Amino acid sequence: MSTETKYTFKDFKSDQEVRWCPGCGDIAVLNAVQKAMADLNHKKEDYAVVSGIGCSSRFPYYMNTYGFHGIHGRAGVLASGVKAANPKLSVWQITGDGDALAIGGNHFIHEIRRNIDVNVLLFNNQIYGLTKGQYSPTSLLGQITKTSPFGTIEEPFNPGELVLGAHGTFFARSIDNKVNETVEVLKEADGHRGTSIVEILQNCVIFNHGTFNYLTDKEVRDDRQIWLKHGEPMLFGTNKDKGIVLDGFKLKAVTIGENGITLKDILVHDAQEEDPSLHLALINMKHPNLPMAFGVIRAVKKPTYDAMLEEQIKAVQAKSKIKCMDDLLNSGSIWTVE
Amino acid sequence: MKFKSTTFFYKYFIMEKRIIEVEQVVVKFAGDSGDGMQLTGTQLSNTAAIVGDDVSTFPDYPAEIRAPQGTVGGVSGYQLHFGKRVDTPGDYADVLIAMNPAALKANAKMIKDGGTIIIDINEFTPRNLEKAGCEDEKLKRLYENYNLIEAPITELTKESLKDSGLDAKSIARSKNMFALGIVYNIFDRPMDHSFNFLKSKFAKKPEIAEANMKAMKDGFNYADAIQAMPSFRVESSQIEKGKYRNINGNVATAWGLLAAAEKANLPFFLGSYPITPASEIIQEISYRRDLGAKSFQAEDEIGGIVTSIGAAFAGNFAATSTSGPGLALKSEAIGLAVITELPLVIIDVQRGGPSTGLPTKTEQSDLFQALYGRNGESPVPVIAASTPSNCFDYAYAASKIALEHMTPVLLLTDGFIANGTEPWKIPAMKDMPQIKTKLVPKGTTEYLSYSRDENLVRPWAIPGMEGLEHRIGGLEKMDKTGTVSYVAENHEIMSYHRANKVEKIADFIPNLEIEGAIDSDTLVVGWGSTYGHITTAVRELGLEGKKFAHVHFNYINPLPKNTSEVFAKYKNILVCEINMGQFIHYLRMKFPKFNYQGYTKIQGLPFTVLELKNKFIEISEK
Repeated sequence: MSTETKYTFKDFKSDQEVRWCPGCGDIAVLNAVQKAMADLNHKKEDYAVVSGIGCSSRFPYYMNTYGFHGIHGRAGVLASGVKAANPKLSVWQITGDGDALAIGGNHFIHEIRRNIDVNVLLFNNQIYGLTKGQYSPTSLLGQITKTSPFGTIEEPFNPGELVLGAHGTFFARSIDNKVNETVEVLKEADGHRGTSIVEILQNCVIFNHGTFNYLTDKEVRDDRQIWLKHGEPMLFGTNKDKGIVLDGFKLKAVTIGENGITLKDILVHDAQEEDPSLHLALINMKHPNLPMAFGVIRAVKKPTYDAMLEEQIKAVQAKSKIKCMDDLLNSGSIWTVE
Repeated sequence: MKFKSTTFFYKYFIMEKRIIEVEQVVVKFAGDSGDGMQLTGTQLSNTAAIVGDDVSTFPDYPAEIRAPQGTVGGVSGYQLHFGKRVDTPGDYADVLIAMNPAALKANAKMIKDGGTIIIDINEFTPRNLEKAGCEDEKLKRLYENYNLIEAPITELTKESLKDSGLDAKSIARSKNMFALGIVYNIFDRPMDHSFNFLKSKFAKKPEIAEANMKAMKDGFNYADAIQAMPSFRVESSQIEKGKYRNINGNVATAWGLLAAAEKANLPFFLGSYPITPASEIIQEISYRRDLGAKSFQAEDEIGGIVTSIGAAFAGNFAATSTSGPGLALKSEAIGLAVITELPLVIIDVQRGGPSTGLPTKTEQSDLFQALYGRNGESPVPVIAASTPSNCFDYAYAASKIALEHMTPVLLLTDGFIANGTEPWKIPAMKDMPQIKTKLVPKGTTEYLSYSRDENLVRPWAIPGMEGLEHRIGGLEKMDKTGTVSYVAENHEIMSYHRANKVEKIADFIPNLEIEGAIDSDTLVVGWGSTYGHITTAVRELGLEGKKFAHVHFNYINPLPKNTSEVFAKYKNILVCEINMGQFIHYLRMKFPKFNYQGYTKIQGLPFTVLELKNKFIEISEK
């Protein structure tokens, strides 16, 4: 539902005291979501913010919108039910690396496969915070945690790979301390029809503090983050003089002006390309050889579950002779006893 | 090993046909799961109902979709009971049609003494006998007491259709229609309804319709010519006047939900995951796009219920359907619906357990799970349907309670009534009770999500309503305001609110009515799907001058308000159930002052009327 009403981010703050740890990355994301919603073209009462269980899943209580704090792992199906039941709503799903990728992994891939129109904010802090410091499905191999005192022996998931594997239509990555960039990514996610997965790298100040410092430290961040924009060359670095090129089947970081590289050699980002090959390569870029990719990596058009459901109902209703319960009750083989 | 028909004693020399006059008759069709026995049974059942018989049916099929051909494990059966005043599919068959040795063996114990067995003798080859594990000497002894008719059904069908132009496979498939023709002759029921069915089913392949009709007619004429074929005169029923249709419990359940949604003027949503024997509910709802119903086949049982909880939050009337193992998976989410106080109907079509158990067999063993199978103090109203057609009424009642009392409601049916069919007098929507939802009226500006009315029910505001934005969830909520609260006293207040809200539903459900002989010493107590067998046993004993009273529970939590008053009138209270005594435990806990005796069965099968009668007499003579 579009509206002329203008909101400010304050309209989206609930009267509940925010109870995340001081300095928690979630607080910055909360601000970003409230800013994004104030700018977007929905009525406040049409937002439904739905979550599972985990630190980030407390999120709905802090939003002055309709909200539903669900049970562990089930944010995806809760959100799917809300959207399928009333497709006019703008449904936002708040989930974490445990909620979405461990206990709720099944729902996560199926939600994406259905391409139901939900904006999913996947808070990835690579640790279990609410249960106080056990490893998660995105914890790094070898990471020491309370349940892996000698290091994990599990290969971590890269959420974007799951999204592509499940034929996802939208994947973006952001990071908690970049509020303005996060706001922009969220707006694009809202504009996308289908399941929009936004992975937000989020620092847990208590149990995994500094895990993303290698990306966020002032001295290195411009060299280690690349913010992709559809239709623009893939440039990064403080002076935007570094770029990504294709070297055989692999991506490679280069510097413009070195070894005869010019701007023309740099790949131009195409988020709308249906073939996921290059998106997969971008999702997998990592330190030290390559910068980590942020922004909207993939945004392709495909019919959504909720829209197809409505269309199917209309099509069947147009053909069927059964218009109400009495019609149904009296349909088929009936007889009269006199 | 050759099975020789001449070794059996036949009544071929009797010139006059036996004419057997009965009030009701029980017929069973049995064959390989690919033999079309369900279709054949359905055809006879529809025809019987259309000509005014009371009918009750029970399909009985293997868990395997296509178990090895010719084995006992692969036998698919369809039993029907028709005639005057029929409440069960019948204990023992008057007539069995067995399409192969395995079908005969599987049903050996379920035929009345002196009953008729019609076998397709062409299928009684040494190889098939071996596959069924039959030894012909043993079989012979087994069937001495029956009127065994060896009909060459396969050969006669081939002969009948040799000029039809159909290929051998299609011809072989028509033998069930030949068998149906035989049965129509035996019971003196018309073939036209089945002809019409075939014509419409094969509208695009008229040659198949023709061939099937010819096979049926030839079966009919064959039976006419064979002296040993009995001829039944089944008393017609005194069925109430009106418009009728056949319905099974699963479809009735689905329609009850849809009817409630229409009455409440809400969109309907069913999130579910297929599971035997409940899958037909989501299948039926999936066809009902014409009524705007949304079915959501989730990726698992949890997804099924949680999408429904999401839909309920969004303002749909939502339900989820499952069987025992699925209910176990849904437990946590039911708790979420309890604490968020959202309307939701959870249907458990019970089957034999524990674990995967007996997926295609019936049982009433999920009662404790329904009442107690959740973490925390988590009260849920529990309702049980008791016949195939009243699944409609109780699905409707469950929906009404869910919507009017803002609570999840558990509806128990089971494999027996879910798959069983009976004629059903079609209700009119205008006669269905009103459903008044707790949706806040338009224009509401003040909203406290956990304020309560006189029945302790909270108001329902849904996304899209301006100015009423609020949050709900699985964390304990502050009384009235609905904000998150860890206050110790508040948790106790809220726990009692939730419990008392469910208890208060007792004010809105009907009292127990005593059937049979009110003045008996013995009260027979049943719940759910045992109704037909118990009422028949009580009625038959009554005709024999033996008096028993019967009460049947459809409302389990809360119990009807007059339960204790009714129990107080009787010396003996006999609680009959298809489990190891769950309801009796529950009654002992609720009303410890009475003396209860239990009668249970746990074989994946309903009681037989005979078993019940024997037990009732035993109790009364003590």
